[in-house]
Amino acid sequence: MSAGKTFLSWPVLRQVTGSDRLGRGAAAKSGEDWTARTRTADKVVQSVCPYCAVGCGQKVYAKDGKVIQIEGDPDSPISRGRLCPKGSASEQLVNSPTRQTTVLYRRPHSTEWEHLDLDTATDMIADRVVESRRRTWQDTDEQGRILRRTLGFAHLGGATLDNEENYLIKKLFTALGAIQIENQARI
Amino acid sequence: MAECHPVGFQWVMEAKRKGARIIHIDPRFTRTSAVADQHVALRAGSDIVFLGGIIRYILEQEKYFREYVVAYTNAATLVRDDFRDTDELDGLFSGYDPETGTYDPASWAYKGVEEYAAAGNARKPSADQSAHTDRAAGDTHGAAGAVGHGHSQTTRDETLQDPRCVLQVLKRHFARYTPEMVEQVCGVSPQDFLSVCEAVTANSGRDLTTAWVYSVGWTQHAVGVQYIRSAAIIQLLLGNMGRPGGGIMALRGHASIQGSTDIPTLFNILPGYLPMPSVDDHPDMTAYLKTVTSDTQKGYWTHAGAYTASLLKSWWGKTATSDNDYCFSYLPKISGDHGTYNTVTRMLDDQVEGYFIMGENPAVGSAHGRMQRLGMSHLKWLVVRDFQLIESATWWKDGPEVRSGELKTEDIDTEVFFLPAASHVEKDGTFTQTQRMLQWHHKAVDPPQDARSELHFMWHLGNKIRARLAESTDDRDRPLLDLTWDYGQDGTDEPSADKVLREINGWQVKPDGTPGPLLSSYTQMKDDGSTAGGCWIYTGVYADGVNQSARRKPGSQQSWVAPEWGWAWPSNRRILYNRASADPQGRPWSERKAYVWWDEEAGSWTGHDVPDFPADRAPDFRPEPGTAGPEGIAGDDPFIMQSDGKGWLFAPTGLLDGPLPAHYEPQESPIRNPLYSQQSNPTRQVLKRKDNLSNPSADAPGAQDFPYVFTTYRLTEHHTAGGMSRWLPYLSELQPQFFCEVSPALAAERGLVNGDWATIVTARSAVEARVLVTDRIRPLTVNGRTVHQVGLPYHWGQGGKGAVVEGDSANDLIGLTLDPNVHIQEAKAATCDIRPGRRPADHQVRGMVEDYISRAGITVETGNTLHEKGDQS
Repeated sequence: MSAGKTFLSWPVLRQVTGSDRLGRGAAAKSGEDWTARTRTADKVVQSVCPYCAVGCGQKVYAKDGKVIQIEGDPDSPISRGRLCPKGSASEQLVNSPTRQTTVLYRRPHSTEWEHLDLDTATDMIADRVVESRRRTWQDTDEQGRILRRTLGFAHLGGATLDNEENYLIKKLFTALGAIQIENQARI
Repeated sequence: MAECHPVGFQWVMEAKRKGARIIHIDPRFTRTSAVADQHVALRAGSDIVFLGGIIRYILEQEKYFREYVVAYTNAATLVRDDFRDTDELDGLFSGYDPETGTYDPASWAYKGVEEYAAAGNARKPSADQSAHTDRAAGDTHGAAGAVGHGHSQTTRDETLQDPRCVLQVLKRHFARYTPEMVEQVCGVSPQDFLSVCEAVTANSGRDLTTAWVYSVGWTQHAVGVQYIRSAAIIQLLLGNMGRPGGGIMALRGHASIQGSTDIPTLFNILPGYLPMPSVDDHPDMTAYLKTVTSDTQKGYWTHAGAYTASLLKSWWGKTATSDNDYCFSYLPKISGDHGTYNTVTRMLDDQVEGYFIMGENPAVGSAHGRMQRLGMSHLKWLVVRDFQLIESATWWKDGPEVRSGELKTEDIDTEVFFLPAASHVEKDGTFTQTQRMLQWHHKAVDPPQDARSELHFMWHLGNKIRARLAESTDDRDRPLLDLTWDYGQDGTDEPSADKVLREINGWQVKPDGTPGPLLSSYTQMKDDGSTAGGCWIYTGVYADGVNQSARRKPGSQQSWVAPEWGWAWPSNRRILYNRASADPQGRPWSERKAYVWWDEEAGSWTGHDVPDFPADRAPDFRPEPGTAGPEGIAGDDPFIMQSDGKGWLFAPTGLLDGPLPAHYEPQESPIRNPLYSQQSNPTRQVLKRKDNLSNPSADAPGAQDFPYVFTTYRLTEHHTAGGMSRWLPYLSELQPQFFCEVSPALAAERGLVNGDWATIVTARSAVEARVLVTDRIRPLTVNGRTVHQVGLPYHWGQGGKGAVVEGDSANDLIGLTLDPNVHIQEAKAATCDIRPGRRPADHQVRGMVEDYISRAGITVETGNTLHEKGDQS
């Protein structure tokens, strides 16, 4: 134990040897006028935890277009209001200061990112898909049987996404002839 | 379960409070073990011996639920005379071809169905399919398994005495899975093992049920599917399927991983577990349906034509007509394994140009991280959609291979797009949780700046690609241009998730081809083009025109089944095959376990849940022998999706590695297989590549260089590859660093010090971790020698931008050897070395790994022999 951290610095000792022995003084009291963040919300919606597959109910509290708190939903017969450490931390997931909220683009051979606007990036991606599909298209196999496909591009992801999103991914990519559409369920 | 699904675990604790006994079987001691009545530590990769031992105990002690087993399972069904089992062929089933490493499953069929089988199913991989990488016969089955030709009329001996009946086959097959064998292979004492057997059997029957819960600790093996089959056999023998408090619960690890399997972003299936068409078998829709179902089998899969036609009508609308097979030819054809690991090897071979990654982090989360990252460096373009700059987005700048100098950023010509994603509170939509329940989540706020949902991205990407090809006359573009793609919302550029969910649910098609009333049940689907529906098992989520997934009647205001919270597929049934919760006469097995029963007066099934059975089918109903389809389901055939209406103790079709589970050692193992000369799954998918080497096993030269078993796992405070947890301060503070769990004995043997560093080495990589010396990991005595296990959580990665914590990635240690049925990697049991101290600097790690490879004499052939000839074969 280092010299600066003896048992004399233990909180309980400091309390009983200090002026507020019972710990009921002002320092330990919440102000009378404190209000729970959730009570200031102008909107509450029912949601579902985005981490594991238990599907715990969440209540999402928002104010002025910003999420201010996420709590367990006591109505849920699955979770009865509880959330685990991850679910409880999901406000940080949504409001993370490191969250990347603009499009980034890395040119071939470049050492740095650069910025693009969303529409331009989506246009460029559409061009890449059309080009790769054209270059790698397979009408038939070596026996002349119809394949009608491309193995030129692939997809991974979906287990964290909504059913509606997976539906559009499978539908569009299949219509493009892409086969290698995969997600975490394989892993 | 307490560790990775903590809130779900509250129900286990509720059960314990009511007297349930909780048994935790796991190589490591976790927060689950801490509150369990019994923790059984076993060697990673040995579970089939443990489960097979329980099956043997049930059979030998005659503890099976005889009335249930005779009526509801295929125990009485006779198997073909020429079927040969592993006990006769030293670890192989009949039909094995050592040249291709595959089985011809014909001899596994039921007796008396030979004439039907000849007409269709029993297919072998074609000669040009490599046994190692392209095998995909299993991929052509969808989830119905293979077709059950002739299964509407099987030969049964309900005395269970015929030596060819399934029960007798089972007895012989599992005879060698003795308590002594369990001790030898798993490292579990006979006392501990028998106490599990006694608890499980004593707690099953009319008045009691036992539930089994598993996660990827069972699936991520080269024989993973058979792990689950083993549990299925136990539960069927004990009468625990289709009953409250019973079943086998797959605890899935992502918010909608169940949904992404039902509406699959998977290469081998279409929505609702219909197979993707294959070039070998499916030149047209008629041929396709012949391999999905048969007019000589029972059950609802015989309506696959209606499900398929409705799906195609959803996708191609008015263009899809009976004259053109509803545009069946628009579907691309598969020709083997196109799974994610196959795709990565094709990237490395410069055969893939582009890659979309949406909400996934393969650089850290997929097996063999080095192959993942190097594979991406061969792409022309990469699109990553996520919240944070995860490692899969930045490997070209700061990944381990860039840090080591192996890759130079300036030399990498991959274009990388990072698109910010919307979070769950910034969009409407449904997740399907682990019990098949869809829950709608409401949008609370707009996503920030350029962040958008995947729904937005896919819709606009589709619009842009369609605009580019709008004038095309090329036939290849018809599927794209004829696609129904109208998801706009009131003229805005926002797509509507509600519109998509309605399409998934399906509707009547009006004579003019436009959408009519929404369907309420998949039984309304037709194969004549008069209905559309994007995923037949989800039909009913919009029953009565109401979004049933958005229902949120408080749990406190409804029954314990809580049917009015969300919506579970199919038809809002909360327990599948719940006809089995009543006896053959339709009465509850006991009052305590009453769930669904026959109401004689009303002439229908009723109960606490939606009956999973034709509503008015009386228990004593017997169809004319040979009647196919739903009409062929007898009043005592609870398994209405099975081709014979029975639960399958023995799988006569559908699996590629055998009709019964047999224990094989993992690709990398410290011991020879004590059960058979055949060491590992003879049909496993090996990827013989210089970048995917395996450690030698057992007594092979070089095995001593990798003497320990390791397994990987999750912690409560992190989520998979860390993309949603390592960037969060709360969670990172709780679990800041990559660590390895070792026993005090292993620490002493290798000089590992608690809190110091250790380096873990395999033929793939070397990683460093903080040492946690703990009694939670116990050395086991296996095959007469001590086997040490090392536990590794896999949440950390190198690189990425802005993560609160980083560290080496456990998945870099894992090689690619796959289960033949589903192409999942063997990530839960492998061998390693562990040594004290940090690994060498980034640019010297490869050198260390190469030293191990050369010292152990490892080549691309090491560990990859599929068929090991024993004395008897």
